[in-house]
Amino acid sequence: MRLVIYFGAAPGIGKTSAMLAAARQAAGAGRDVVAGVVESGDPAGLEVLPRRRDGLDVEAALARKPSVLLVDELARANPPGSRHVARWRDVLELVDAGVEVWTTLDVAQIESLGDVIQQITGAPVRETVPDHVVDRAELRFVDAPVEGHLVALRELALRRAAERVGAEVIAHRREHGIAATWPTRDRILVCVGPSPASARLIRAAKRMAEGLRAPWIAATVEVIGAPPPSTRDRERLAEHLTLAEQLGGTVVRLSGHAIADALLAHAREHNVTRIVAGKPTHSKWRDRLRGSLLDELIRGSGPIEVHVIAPLEPREAPPARPRIAERRGLAPYAWAVAGIAAATAIGLAAFRYITLADITMLYLIAIMVVSLGGRGPSLLAASLAVAAFDVCFVPPRFTFVVHDVRHVLTFGVMFASGLAIATLMSRVRGQQRDAEQRERRTAALLAFTREVAAASDETEVAVVAARHLEDGLDAAAAVMVADRDGQPVAAAGLTAVAGTDAAAARWAFEHRQVAGHGTPTMPDARVLAVPLVDGDSAIGVIALQRRKGAPVFDADQHQLLEALGRQTALALNRVRLAAQAKEAALRARTEELRSSLLSAVSHDLRTPLSVITGAATSLRDDADKLPPAARAELLSTIVDDAQRLERMLANLLQLTRVETGLVPAREWVPADEVVGAALVRVEDALEGSAVDVDVPPDVLLWIDPVLFEQVLINLVDNALKHGSPPLSIAVRATDEQVTIDVADRGPGVPAESQRLFEKFVRASPSPGVGLGLAVVRAIVTAHGGQVTAEPRPGGGAVFRIVLPRGTPPQAAVERVA
Amino acid sequence: MTAVLVIDDDPHVRRFLRNALAGHGHVVHEAATVADGIAALETHRPALVLLDLGLPDGDGLAVLRSMTPEAHVPVIVLSARGQEGDKVAALDSGADDYLTKPFGTGELMARIRVALRHAKAANAASAEVLEVGPIRVDQPRHEVTVAGELVHLTPIEFKILVELARQPGRVLTHRQLVNAVWGAPPHEQSHALRVHVAALRRKLERDPARPQWLVTEAGVGYRLRD
Repeated sequence: MRLVIYFGAAPGIGKTSAMLAAARQAAGAGRDVVAGVVESGDPAGLEVLPRRRDGLDVEAALARKPSVLLVDELARANPPGSRHVARWRDVLELVDAGVEVWTTLDVAQIESLGDVIQQITGAPVRETVPDHVVDRAELRFVDAPVEGHLVALRELALRRAAERVGAEVIAHRREHGIAATWPTRDRILVCVGPSPASARLIRAAKRMAEGLRAPWIAATVEVIGAPPPSTRDRERLAEHLTLAEQLGGTVVRLSGHAIADALLAHAREHNVTRIVAGKPTHSKWRDRLRGSLLDELIRGSGPIEVHVIAPLEPREAPPARPRIAERRGLAPYAWAVAGIAAATAIGLAAFRYITLADITMLYLIAIMVVSLGGRGPSLLAASLAVAAFDVCFVPPRFTFVVHDVRHVLTFGVMFASGLAIATLMSRVRGQQRDAEQRERRTAALLAFTREVAAASDETEVAVVAARHLEDGLDAAAAVMVADRDGQPVAAAGLTAVAGTDAAAARWAFEHRQVAGHGTPTMPDARVLAVPLVDGDSAIGVIALQRRKGAPVFDADQHQLLEALGRQTALALNRVRLAAQAKEAALRARTEELRSSLLSAVSHDLRTPLSVITGAATSLRDDADKLPPAARAELLSTIVDDAQRLERMLANLLQLTRVETGLVPAREWVPADEVVGAALVRVEDALEGSAVDVDVPPDVLLWIDPVLFEQVLINLVDNALKHGSPPLSIAVRATDEQVTIDVADRGPGVPAESQRLFEKFVRASPSPGVGLGLAVVRAIVTAHGGQVTAEPRPGGGAVFRIVLPRGTPPQAAVERVA
Repeated sequence: MTAVLVIDDDPHVRRFLRNALAGHGHVVHEAATVADGIAALETHRPALVLLDLGLPDGDGLAVLRSMTPEAHVPVIVLSARGQEGDKVAALDSGADDYLTKPFGTGELMARIRVALRHAKAANAASAEVLEVGPIRVDQPRHEVTVAGELVHLTPIEFKILVELARQPGRVLTHRQLVNAVWGAPPHEQSHALRVHVAALRRKLERDPARPQWLVTEAGVGYRLRD
């Protein structure tokens, strides 16, 4: 929807009045105009929304959904407890929701012009609106006669409005196929750090990018092995990166051993043409000692231009270099004293036999060992060593006086070696800690990926994700997954998400952006809500709640959070697709079954029915003409075919139920009981013929007794129909599986024996539908087993069922009530 | 002359039952709904009820629940294969037995005989010595013989056998047997019951894989045939 900004040089020049006048005119012309908030001026004649906490009531506005909504003063900050920290975010949400918003803005409040304005007026600008918001708006310039530095502001505002028009013209030309006249394929990279000067660098880069119509990147480098930054620095860096994002830059977090190398590598990889860096504020001595970032950048940049921007306020102190906190107490200092004392003692004892140079070596060894404990102990040891060496050994002995200048050099060497070792050690420790951290992160990610791969539904994925998020980020985590209606519902996690937290999670889900604690949207929420995005749509939300007073997430944790979020979204998508595929397959199978069922009903079931009808009608109509033997035969025919029909129906029913997803009601059943029950049911069909049964008494089967009885009945039926006696049934059990063989001495099985188990396949032209073995296979498969048909050694066929054995519960104790 | 009430909504099933039962000398009353059935129980005071479970105005179980156990009117439930759950529910609600459709006249008459005999026996004191086929259970002496030969049973096997032999020909559900033997919730002992019955069968039957007497009704329970 449209966003219209009434735009002027300064407050009080009549932007709000102009907006209200236009609104009244629009309302008069029949448009549905509602005043959301009007800070100055009288909205008389317009419908006015009630304020919420002295700000715009976004929910009420969304519910009312007018055609035009007036929201005065776009740059205002919202009071605490509001939906968003800034009003412009409210407005964007409304515009995205389809409401046309009219608003007002001063030129000084445009983010990228902040520094320029500050230079003109001398006062810092507090409340600003990002350029991208202004860029998507239609600007209505409200002019008024001004004087003083307002003239400069008016000029700036006019230029901005004019630039805007120019940009629109260009866009128009582009849309209409007019060849572009600018050659630029520029790409700008700005180096961002925790230094307050970085904000200015970012704005400068933004202005340069705008002028060149080039994309720009804000890059920050984490130096491997460097001590972790202070909380304040971390927060400032996060602010800078947010600023860059708001101004439309792409934020990248790099890591490397040297800042310049990492920046240049990224720049070359991404065809950056210009690098924006800050002018150093420290003395040149520091550069000589430590190397200068700017120097390295310029030397290594090759064809890339390097722009150096001066800081706005040179007086502002750069952030203090953090030192590694050496919280190891006083023990290393005690060791320092002890080490030097020991060296002195040895030196005194052996003084007659060794030279001064040897004693120096003794002290050096002591200093080196002590230096492993850190810089402080190292300095202490060096000082003590110098003092002890001077007093005890350097002539004149037992005074601080030094006659020979050479010894001063010795003292210098002692100090220098101590410091060098301590510095090296601290660097090595830092690198080690970094490596460990990285390794932990990689390991955490790997463990997560491995575990989540085994998850088979959304809840399992959510549970695994919540656990890993909590372990990896030291925060309480909840994972919400979109339900069938596309609404996020809690799927796993310890945190109950309700109230503001739920609102933040919902907002993050709907807008596919982070919200909640530490973000500009609903910062009052206790949780940080991160959307799980797959392609264009959100499929879930992660809600994280840190312990009270815990610092904001650092770059490392952000990376882990991002990686875990990405993996979780992938996993959710995977299980979702799998579920859909399964559902589709089941539907297809049901459909297929239905059609084959129809063909069976229409053809095969009619055969026994016509036999019954024929026999019964002849008995009814011609009873007196039929000899008694024929009558008896007809009656038997009726009974036999009715039973045949019943068997077919039973098989059809069983097949339908099992194939459409019936879960077997499994119990532990003694194998001989199942076999016995089945044989009792086929007694009539067996007509007294012998069955060779070999079932060990102690084998228990983990089966649905009703379904499995059908399996055995069908196999015996099949053997009677297509094979010849004697039949045999044998059960064998190993530790892993149970085998059930039903064998006969008939003609055996055809070459493609597996085809026998398909629906409507008959082995020989005997009456039947060809469903018996299909039912057997369906039921056995539903039990996790397999069924095969093989030729029997010595002639005939063996139908073999193999089931996993499982572990039966302990047999009940003999206990009589 | 026994009065039999047939409650089934299918007129053809009623016609078949009417003719078959009349042929064996029974007086037949008919009802097609739960309401009519309950009313007919009052008016005709039948000695036995044949009850279909799927009736147009409700579940056949409603008829069962309306009957007082003291009246000792046996009910045989008519149901289709694949509805083992319904059968168990009916038996546990007081039905005497069930018949799986389709069934033959011979089976129907046998079940009716068994049910009527139990109705009489329930009023008389239970005998001390139970005899079913070749199986003889001497309750006071805790002795069981099969075709005159003594078999040794564990106390639980003995209890199960007594329970079944008291009502020969009648099916007992898992729940009924577990309640009688252990007095425990059935889900805890269902597996144990199967193991004990299998052991009992091996002691009673000549060929336990093709049992003659102690038969399994899959998904429902056990029956001692007479």
